[in-house]
Amino acid sequence: MDFGQIFTLTITQAFGVTALIYLFAAIGLNIQFGYTGLLNFGQVAFVAAGAYAVGVIVLTLDLSLWLSIIVALMASTVLALLLGIPTLRLRADYLAIVTIAASELLRLLVRSIAFKDVFGGAQGLNGKLGQEFHDLNPLPADFTLPILSWSRQDLWVVIVGWSLALLFTLFVWGLVRSPWGRVVKGIREDEDAVVSLGKNVFVYKLQALVIGGGIAAFGGILWAVAKQSVQPDTFQPDFTFFVFTILLLGGAARVFGPIAGTVIFWFLLAGFGEVLSSLINNGYIDFLTATDVGSIRFMLMGLGLMLLMIFRPQGIFGDRRELALDAR
Amino acid sequence: MRADTENMAPGRAAAYEALRDVARVPGSPKPDPIVIADRVSRQFGGLKAVDVAHVEIQRGSITALIGPNGAGKTTLFNLLTGFDKPDTGEWTLNKKPIAGKAPYRLARMGMVRTFQLTKALSRMTVMDNMLLGANGQSGERVLNALLPFTWRAQERANAERAVELLSRFNLDAKVGDFAGSLSGGQRKLLEMARALMVGPEIVMLDEPMAGVNPALTQSLLGHIKNIREEGTTVLFVEHDMDMVHDISDWVIVMAQGQIIAEGPPDAVMKDPQVIEAYLGSRHGNALTADGASLTADSQGGTT
Repeated sequence: MDFGQIFTLTITQAFGVTALIYLFAAIGLNIQFGYTGLLNFGQVAFVAAGAYAVGVIVLTLDLSLWLSIIVALMASTVLALLLGIPTLRLRADYLAIVTIAASELLRLLVRSIAFKDVFGGAQGLNGKLGQEFHDLNPLPADFTLPILSWSRQDLWVVIVGWSLALLFTLFVWGLVRSPWGRVVKGIREDEDAVVSLGKNVFVYKLQALVIGGGIAAFGGILWAVAKQSVQPDTFQPDFTFFVFTILLLGGAARVFGPIAGTVIFWFLLAGFGEVLSSLINNGYIDFLTATDVGSIRFMLMGLGLMLLMIFRPQGIFGDRRELALDAR
Repeated sequence: MRADTENMAPGRAAAYEALRDVARVPGSPKPDPIVIADRVSRQFGGLKAVDVAHVEIQRGSITALIGPNGAGKTTLFNLLTGFDKPDTGEWTLNKKPIAGKAPYRLARMGMVRTFQLTKALSRMTVMDNMLLGANGQSGERVLNALLPFTWRAQERANAERAVELLSRFNLDAKVGDFAGSLSGGQRKLLEMARALMVGPEIVMLDEPMAGVNPALTQSLLGHIKNIREEGTTVLFVEHDMDMVHDISDWVIVMAQGQIIAEGPPDAVMKDPQVIEAYLGSRHGNALTADGASLTADSQGGTT
């Protein structure tokens, strides 16, 4: 077994393009769920909105990628308003129900035959997405990394993606230490108390939903640009649940929670996968085949999560003292 | 100053003087009302929880709203503060109509309430709880949030005011603690201090003494009196007669959704209608302030 290679592949995935997509969604969810307490179970819809905005503008309409980024942010804002305005005045669980339903609705809408000309149906939109972005790649044409296995193109995406992710983390840090952040944290603790102090809670919740959705939309933009393909069935509800997992793993309402959660989640998931594959390929395990690895790594991941919840329920960055206050 | 007000604190004396000649009947007009409500009603299914024809709250006084469990006190509170919508009714704050206004607007207009089940924001520090009360903060606008220089000075001023209030409520040692780590009584104090942070003209306290030990109750009563001495009107819900007698300038009694009596505490406790509402008609003795402490529980009322 080549442990060096296993490690390299694992690190590549832990910091790679897919991890970044989840990271953006998790940073957005941290504002919505971690700080404001909004149960948004449809985060994948915001990612899909971002990805499809790029797909439709660039491929269907043949317009500029830069325009599509603006459209992506507009689309996620409209989506947040559509979901938030009717539900955010109601009890918290209504948002959860509506968001999960809306995310599925959106997926079925873009894969429907009726809109095949626009969204590409079940095959989605595939082609030269993000050409303008890749043209800006400053890395030399024959560039290869000495250790990690990113292609020149992926490395460019990873560099820009991580820079943006750090920028958004800084943005969240600034927001939550401000009086605005204090109000949304108050809403998470007890909405009525905050109302009684003269704050328009509805507006704050809507703002949190819009901001978090906008950051998640960047995950979708990155997806379209990096993978050059937007497919409806990648935006299943389980995406949202992995994002929740990441957030809880890293610690909700912690500025660095999403980053820690994402890297650990993908490190473990990829690590389990690589180790298992390697064991099977080398004949150490003969009752499994290579095709089983995909699902077994998720089982191991689930086991790991259970252990985390038992021994460190506050997540990696969380404060146990704070969690204890909640359990009264 | 007349003899009977000689030993009173100035706020108490003023309230006493103002209410001296007010008729002791339900819905009686007050010389300087801050809140006036008319025909406020709220129905839950077949039950008319609140049906108040007319009520006025005197400015600068401590008014107690009492009555057995299920009398509709908290419902009336929720209606007046906008947390619940009435079926009918008009009411004003400082002569401005406020029926149908969102609760956060009423808070900004100077009508701030607390809750029966204390709502301390557990996973926030005592200081953050207090700062949340301050109104008109520019840093609460999302566009200013990332520009600390637009709100830092205001934040400092608010923090100073918060510390001042906290020391009045003996919470200044707890500034950095999580509100969730405070005791039940301290949470009540924090909630009261936080309400004052809004800078209200009238504070509405929903059972401020519920679940608080007797020693702390005395200090709570003192704090409530201080609020009046500073010129803020207090309306509070209570069902324990002892508390009411000690601090209130005026008592409004509710039963089955309606106001059945009004007057100074001594007069109200002797009112046969009030005794009947609390104990049932067979008991003929006046409710005393020091005898058996009468709470609605003795009637087995429903809530």
